[in-house]
Amino acid sequence: MAVVAMPTGRDSVPAARAAEPILTVDGIVKRFETPDGVLTAVDDVSLSVLPGEFFSVIGPSGCGKSTLFNIIGGLLDGYDGSVRVAGELVHGPHPSIGMIFQEESTFPWRSVIDNIAFPLEIAGLPKTERYDRARHFVALVGLDGFERRFPAELSGGMRQRVSMARTLAAQPKIMLMDEPFAALDEQTRLLLGDKVLQIQQELKQTTLLITHNITEAVQLSDRIMVMTYRPGKVKRIVDIDLPRPRTSEIVSSEAFGRYVAQIWNDLREEATRGMHDDESRKRRGAPS
Amino acid sequence: MSKPAPLTKSRYFPAILGLGSFAAFVLVVEFLVYADVLNRFIVPPPSEVLAAFPRVIMQEHVLSRFVLTASEALAASVLVTIFGIAGGVLLYQFNLLRLATETWVAAVAAAPLVLMYPLYLVIFGRNATTIVMMGFTAGLAPIILKTLEGLVGTRRVLINVGKSFNLTRSQQFWKILFPAALPTIFVGMRLGLIFALINIVGVEYLINFGGLGQLINELAERFDLAGTYAAICFVILVSIIVFMLTERLERWLRPAG
Ligand SMILES: Nc1ncnc2c1ncn2[C@@H]1O[C@H](COP(=O)(O)OP(=O)(O)O)[C@@H](O)[C@H]1O
Ligand SMILES: [Mg+2]
Repeated sequence: MAVVAMPTGRDSVPAARAAEPILTVDGIVKRFETPDGVLTAVDDVSLSVLPGEFFSVIGPSGCGKSTLFNIIGGLLDGYDGSVRVAGELVHGPHPSIGMIFQEESTFPWRSVIDNIAFPLEIAGLPKTERYDRARHFVALVGLDGFERRFPAELSGGMRQRVSMARTLAAQPKIMLMDEPFAALDEQTRLLLGDKVLQIQQELKQTTLLITHNITEAVQLSDRIMVMTYRPGKVKRIVDIDLPRPRTSEIVSSEAFGRYVAQIWNDLREEATRGMHDDESRKRRGAPS
Repeated sequence: MSKPAPLTKSRYFPAILGLGSFAAFVLVVEFLVYADVLNRFIVPPPSEVLAAFPRVIMQEHVLSRFVLTASEALAASVLVTIFGIAGGVLLYQFNLLRLATETWVAAVAAAPLVLMYPLYLVIFGRNATTIVMMGFTAGLAPIILKTLEGLVGTRRVLINVGKSFNLTRSQQFWKILFPAALPTIFVGMRLGLIFALINIVGVEYLINFGGLGQLINELAERFDLAGTYAAICFVILVSIIVFMLTERLERWLRPAG
């Protein structure tokens, strides 16, 4: 499928040849004041992502994944360390970074096309041009024919695709996805995973994905970062050396199984700690 | 071959059901009055109320009174909407102001404000301004409170979407907070407009001035009960018009959900 040519800085070098990382996160530490004292949510996390790369972050819930993404996306401040996009230090929301959230985030008062055209409207594009562009992204996420519908008339999976198209329409250089499939059923999740992969390959879109689904992470990613539980540190970064294009069928291959086993090994320890911690806090009667 | 669609599936069925029920209710009242179950000096038979319409229209100038009350209601509605929403937005923007005043705005919403009419008579005189201001005062608090509630209740993630698209403060307000809060704001408007209308007609009645409230007062004092009820029908008409206008406005501002 050919992508409509558009004025974007995205016709970048393929990941393998690009030496310069597009995103560099260095020594991020984030602490929260809580009634139980200071909680270190993210502890000294550093990572760098190459243009066009698919990078996943996996870890037990509560390990600081969302906090890390919110810092990269500029929604949180008051942290140590630095975030750089193409070498440039960023503070606060940056047009190069687009976010997709776990919760349902479409605007219920806007139709599908008006949701997707939202960032173009903010950018001040004239009406016909922004609808033309928005329609391209409607097609990209496979929602043709639903342009005039409202989110309330769509399924959860379709709404998540609207959010995705809305973020893509802003043409960010880097896309952050925080558990975008968490609220969906297994089948929808698999199909949407395929869709995300297809889009990511088509646009050579640099993508960071949070998930706690190992299969999903292995299926989609070039690299996977496993995080530890409290404080949230980098436990390991795994290269996934599986051929592309990948579809959900790859799941049954032997190499795939080895990666899953390896990551589960890393993750099990952390998940167990997380679970015990959760239980002991419940026993003390504190909210988690 | 297509069968004719059953009546219950029709688009008009709810309206037909509503009108039908109303007609049935009227017939039952009529019957109860004739059966002497209801006292006809308290509840006139609906047929007499109907018969009173031409008299009320021709002799009591109900139409010009209707126009007066309706314009008072409209003026109060516009004022109360503008100031109520602005007040809610102000309380949302300034936390200190909100903490300082939210409780007593709620208290004002529950107070029998109609008792303030002597004060307003002194300030504005015995005229339409007093009446509009009484309606305005009565309707203000619920709109302020509901606007605030709607803004505060905007889902965190929608605000984050706005931030991630780098919206300015005013874009964040007009493109996200305000549309997200609109359904709740309209709940407040419905409440506020009801309060305003009640007070407008009530004060017309109390100070014996101008519109439908005064007419009801006069007819009641003449023991013209059928006429009184006929005049009350016009009050209901005013409220129907006000509500149809708000519904239009809501659908225009927020076409779905
Ligand atoms: N605003 C906040 N105030 C206090 N604690 C927070 C806040 N946000 C997150 N946390 C805590 O930080 C930890 C990491 O949270 P989060 O990043 O949401 O984890 P994850 O996304 O990996 O499940 C959790 O223990 C959470 O309770
Ligand atoms: Mg999270």
